[in-house]
Amino acid sequence: MPKKDKKVPDSQGRFGAYGGVYVAETLVPALEELAQQYELIKENKEFKSEVQNDLEKFVGRPSPLYFAKRWSKQLGGAKIYLKREDLNHTGAHKINNTVGQILLAKRMGKTRIIAETGAGQHGVATATVAARHGMKCVVYMGEEDIKRQSLNVYRIKILGAEVISVNSGSKTLKDAMNEAMRDWVTNVDDTYYIIGSVAGPHPYPQIVRDFNSVVGKEVLVQSKEEIGKMPDLLVACVGGGSNAMGLFYPFLEISTTDLVGVEAGGLGLDTGKHAAPLNAGSEGVLHGMRTYLMQDDKGQIQDTHSIAAGLDYPGVGPEHAWLKDIGRANYTTANDQEALDAFKELTLVEGIMPALETAHALAYVKKKAPSMDSEQVIVVNVSGRGDKDINTVANIEGIEL
Amino acid sequence: MGRIQETFLDLEKLKKKALVGYIVSGDPDVSSTLNAMQLMVKGGVHVIELGIAFSDPMAEGPSIQQGHERALKNKISLQETLGLVKSFREDDDKTPIVLMGYMNTFEALGSKVFSSTAKENGVDGILIVDMPIEESVEFTEQTKKHGIDIIRLVAPTTSESRIKKICKQASGYVYYISLKGITGANSINVDEVKNKVLKLRELTELPVVIGFGIKDGSTASSVKDLADGIVVGSTLVDIMGGNKEEIEKHLSIKINDLSRALN
Ligand SMILES: Cc1ncc(COP(=O)(O)O)c(C=O)c1O
Repeated sequence: MPKKDKKVPDSQGRFGAYGGVYVAETLVPALEELAQQYELIKENKEFKSEVQNDLEKFVGRPSPLYFAKRWSKQLGGAKIYLKREDLNHTGAHKINNTVGQILLAKRMGKTRIIAETGAGQHGVATATVAARHGMKCVVYMGEEDIKRQSLNVYRIKILGAEVISVNSGSKTLKDAMNEAMRDWVTNVDDTYYIIGSVAGPHPYPQIVRDFNSVVGKEVLVQSKEEIGKMPDLLVACVGGGSNAMGLFYPFLEISTTDLVGVEAGGLGLDTGKHAAPLNAGSEGVLHGMRTYLMQDDKGQIQDTHSIAAGLDYPGVGPEHAWLKDIGRANYTTANDQEALDAFKELTLVEGIMPALETAHALAYVKKKAPSMDSEQVIVVNVSGRGDKDINTVANIEGIEL
Repeated sequence: MGRIQETFLDLEKLKKKALVGYIVSGDPDVSSTLNAMQLMVKGGVHVIELGIAFSDPMAEGPSIQQGHERALKNKISLQETLGLVKSFREDDDKTPIVLMGYMNTFEALGSKVFSSTAKENGVDGILIVDMPIEESVEFTEQTKKHGIDIIRLVAPTTSESRIKKICKQASGYVYYISLKGITGANSINVDEVKNKVLKLRELTELPVVIGFGIKDGSTASSVKDLADGIVVGSTLVDIMGGNKEEIEKHLSIKINDLSRALN
């Protein structure tokens, strides 16, 4: 069990062997400054109340903890509660992070914001706060993702941000992140890079975790007040790992609560077409961090596949790599078809249409809940809503909208 | 004395500047790279930097990214590159070779295996772009053991106190990045480079070379007096990606232009 007195990450940005700062020399001073400023600013009273105010009035927090009564009954086991991040402004947990980071950027005197995005949710969340603060914003997005998340691309543009299509490499999230890094190295004086998950070089994994921890903190309070006990199991999908880390972090020391992260199994782990580095990857260095990666034996990063653009990433946040190794959290997968089934089931049974990313977590709950008893409680993070995925789902069904 | 040290000492005696040429190993294929290396030396390149292709070359601009992609199409590996260096050494035991790339491919081979094989095959130095001093304990230990230099980068954003720390761990030469940006960028500012390099030279005894943004004779001559040498990459990689029949011709013309500008 992780101990309170042992601070993670350490001053080098390490979670055990993972994390760190593997970047080109030009960015080292910028990251050092960010780490220093963040440590100072995050304790500032005024800053804290600004973040709190935006979370309440702009995002609409706290998000409800909803008892999925019909679904629990249908599955016939544990009581299932949904943490409703889908109800946040812009429709996903991503806004928790961008609301905080843009206030940090302003305090650091930066005038231009950049971001990478896969599903487009982080792009929308960044463009949204940039509009709210009147800042210039550029969003990098892979050509493939632009095709499958066209709705979000248009939203980002209406919000006044520029979308730059990335057509190098696999043309997805990892390549968008490469391109955002290249922008940052070029414009490091006036530009703040809002990374959208608990990934990248230190201090990003820590910053993004901290801002998303509001999710787990609320669940702690809501569990006590509304359920009368701590959850037995927390479940979240894992792309880079921010919605999972945000839910898990405040529970790390509560040993009676199990933590399960669900990666994208794609077409199945044995096909190689998936995005499950914690389940089927190996240790390596990418995007400034040491973590589990999908790579070949020569150290080249492999192409990934998932029905959910937001999970289609060959790496994972270093804190998850650490939690896996020390055994505090477990990581499993759900494949495309299982996610699709869960997407439909929750929509039909509860009237809540989840994002395809979230549907991976739900697919695991579907399998797990029946093996638990009715006194036990599962809390699953509904990281986002499914509106953005309508085209993808319709396509699979052979329906043209 | 190692090849890098010897080369810079010889050049110093002749009051000449080093021309450092970068191409990507295996771009477009291994035999083209070997030919190009020999041609570069004949034309007046003093140090060869061989890029190690990586799927995610974060610090590279479009030209070198494409070079990496071309090389990876033929599944070039670090191990094969070590073989290529061995072949090159059959005819040239003098020109220093530095391998430049990203942490993950070097780690996949392992710091021990890499360092011993690299030394045996005639590699003189490594430059790992995403391995700042804080993250290089293991590679420093292994390369030191085998007498391979770790070339360190200093950037426009690097503070004086950090330059001191970096230089303490550097060997071979120090590579000054002339601009904030990626390889092949267009915005070299001679006055800024001058101030920073003057400072850098006060803080290290090692030779200093300037790279990023040097494309031709005129950009080369604008910065050559500030340092001990210049690095040219993107423009050579563009040539390697062009029509195969014309690679030799264009490479000769380009290197000739650069060599003349340095003298
Ligand atoms: C709704 C939703 N859930 C989950 C994710 C995956 O990201 P993370 O693992 O950082 O929560 C995304 C990413 O775009 C998303 O949009």
